[in-house]
Amino acid sequence: MTDPILSIQNLTVDLPKAADRAHAVENLSLQVMPKEIVCIVGESGSGKSITAFTTMGLLPQALSPSQGEIRFDGHDLLKLSKRAHSDLRGRRMAMIFQEPMSALNPCYSVGDQIEEMFQQHTDLGAAERKARTIRLLEEVHLPDPPRIYNSYPHQLSGGQRQRIVIAMALALDPALLIADEPTTALDLSTQQQILHLFKELREKHDAGIMFVTHDFDVVAEIADRVVVMQHGRIVEQGSAEEVLNRPQHPYTRLLIDAVPRRTRDVPAPITSHEVLKVSNLNKTYHVAGGMFRPARTVHACKDVNFTVHQGETLGIVGESGSGKSTLVKCLIRLEDPESGVVSVEGKDIALMSRHDLHPYRKHIQIVFQDPYGSLNPRRTIGDQLVEGPVNFGENRAKAMERARELMKIVRLDPEVLNRYPNQFSGGQRQRICIARALMVEPKILIADEAVSALDVSVQKEVLKLLNEIRDRMGLTVLFITHDLRVAAQVCDTLIVMQQGDVVERGTVEEVFGAPSHPYTRMLLDAQPGKHWDVPDIATLPPAVA
Amino acid sequence: MTDTTTPTDQPLQAPRNKPLTPGQAMRRRALRHKGLMFGAVVMLIVLCVAIFAPLLTQYDPYQQSLLARMKPPVFLGGTSEHWLGTDGLGRDFWARLAYGARISLMIGILAAVISGIIGSTLGILAGYFGGKVDMVVTFLINVRLAMPVVLVALAVVALFGGSLVVVVSVLGLLLWDRFAVVLRSATMQVREQEYVAAAEVLGASLPRILFKDILPNVMNHLIVIFTLEMAHAIILEAALSFLGLGVQPPTPSWGLMISEGKDMLLFEPWLITIPGVALFFLVLAINMLGDGLRDVTAPEGRN
Repeated sequence: MTDPILSIQNLTVDLPKAADRAHAVENLSLQVMPKEIVCIVGESGSGKSITAFTTMGLLPQALSPSQGEIRFDGHDLLKLSKRAHSDLRGRRMAMIFQEPMSALNPCYSVGDQIEEMFQQHTDLGAAERKARTIRLLEEVHLPDPPRIYNSYPHQLSGGQRQRIVIAMALALDPALLIADEPTTALDLSTQQQILHLFKELREKHDAGIMFVTHDFDVVAEIADRVVVMQHGRIVEQGSAEEVLNRPQHPYTRLLIDAVPRRTRDVPAPITSHEVLKVSNLNKTYHVAGGMFRPARTVHACKDVNFTVHQGETLGIVGESGSGKSTLVKCLIRLEDPESGVVSVEGKDIALMSRHDLHPYRKHIQIVFQDPYGSLNPRRTIGDQLVEGPVNFGENRAKAMERARELMKIVRLDPEVLNRYPNQFSGGQRQRICIARALMVEPKILIADEAVSALDVSVQKEVLKLLNEIRDRMGLTVLFITHDLRVAAQVCDTLIVMQQGDVVERGTVEEVFGAPSHPYTRMLLDAQPGKHWDVPDIATLPPAVA
Repeated sequence: MTDTTTPTDQPLQAPRNKPLTPGQAMRRRALRHKGLMFGAVVMLIVLCVAIFAPLLTQYDPYQQSLLARMKPPVFLGGTSEHWLGTDGLGRDFWARLAYGARISLMIGILAAVISGIIGSTLGILAGYFGGKVDMVVTFLINVRLAMPVVLVALAVVALFGGSLVVVVSVLGLLLWDRFAVVLRSATMQVREQEYVAAAEVLGASLPRILFKDILPNVMNHLIVIFTLEMAHAIILEAALSFLGLGVQPPTPSWGLMISEGKDMLLFEPWLITIPGVALFFLVLAINMLGDGLRDVTAPEGRN
């Protein structure tokens, strides 16, 4: 390995004046060698995507690089004209985006879209273009390339679409590949395959890969070198082995320390009474047939059975489409189950009418995934918090009193009650949502992917808070997640769902230690960063800032 | 050893630059929006003229004077006695214009209020419930869209006779389609938000969800369409009056003034241009107000 493919020197990108800091990226220097995967890690707002976009010349209008240089292919990219830069894009450098849904144009077949790359940048004949395209599809391991060639994006799964995007990026054998969170939107098993593909590309092509991610497991899986960013600055960079196992900078340590451990103290067995008992719960969705398509029936929940005891945390694990969301909706009765029993403290609410259900609503509360969509932007926090108790006939002033108390419990200043949601960060909003759910003193709290959208350090805090509240209030928690690490850390018992079926159940130790169902084994096997044990930060020598 | 705590661990401190409440941010954007400001100022002027008409002119808009017929306005060589001149029956043109603003605004606002109530009720219910309710509402919308507004209005007015009440109710009953269509889809989007689900789980009753969670979040659409439909109603009234089927003479209405001036188009064109220009500016101002409101309320989004 000789010269770096990409070399960024002292790059600074200015933010507009009104922003909370002066620079999106400050004095950043990094290099990408051929056949090397450099992972840029950082939490949201750390400037990692801005670095990628600057290199690609795709910065939004409001941002402009103010100093430094980006050397690539003998040019300084910052001095290049828009036209010359766009000529380099696709031909010499390519980018893979997070969302494979929106990166492909639904109007054209994927074959056409890949061929367009050749049309734009080469003068190959039609037959040659097609042959090259098919070869690319083979290279990214898509089944039956000629069929895929003629398919439209909506006919492919998320993982297949991401492969198409990668194939497009590879079309002209670029020297630099930039991937911005390419696996974040994918299921565990798909993510594993895509990461594997990246590792393979590193071997087969000479390209350097810049891989932007927030997930340390992914870093552990594929990175050669790691660059850690905070507030637009690089705080640490080094080989993956070094940064992951012997982090130097306090911020890196903080991040790595926040990664959930796969192990935990084995709790005392739970002997309390059953709070929730679900038996033979069924829910099917009927998609009405149209003139040209047959009716379809989807079994979202098939004979689901489980019980949860007071003070227990039950994890519900599964990939997208496994029916876990439907199950949750049936439990809180946003959907009506078809048959079965959901008994809360001995009272069956599964098939109750909406009217009879009202007093039982408050026993089960939920915290949703999206911290931005789950608070009404037009009402103050206080107004939203007292909503629940007021609906159940409580005095408003008294409810406000409890709201203030709960704000303290979730570690927010009670004064914020008269603010609007737009003034809070994602983690703070999630705390507010937890407080809102607790306002009606529920017996069961459902956390539906409640920490999935949060940065790892914020995630750690929210998890800690949830645990604390559970112990303090004797809550029973249903923890829905796709993240096995989180599940292993916070849950007592687990059920694993696949296509509406519960395929495995047991304590965390049983399920993760000795999985009996092939699907569970597949999930466990698909986790990235399996070989990496999160180091115990406490045993490392003191940090160097 | 790990004494590094994240900022979120501490109770939330009052941030340095206290972020604006949604209302404050909106006011700030509104003041910077030129179109919105233009529309608002013109609307305000017309509103003042309409309200204070008796103070702005000493003439009665109905008072005829055969001695002072067809006096040209000041800028065409008339006298300051009638600064906008007089019409064919010797009525002061400025007085008729000022009192006419009352009619135009009243028709615009009342028709938009009536259609707004009908349309947004239908739209929100359809969007929220979906399914059969949606089917019925969509059918009603289609039926309404299949009716040519002017033709139906003409027919109804011809049957019942033209009067202010008839014109307002006909327009009110005909212009609700856009409210329904837009609020239906806006409600469908808001309905999927998790805060609506959370409210439902927290035992909120249906009216509470509709008024506290849905309505405030579709309000910006409602306001924008309200202004558009108001302009629409004013124009339609003028058109009906021009055809002689709107408000009846001698009521001072801008459309009627244009209609009455049409015989003299070639000799005294200002009889038409003055109410025409007034109508033009009023409608332009309302439309710019609506456009501006959309710009100011929309970018707020979820944050």
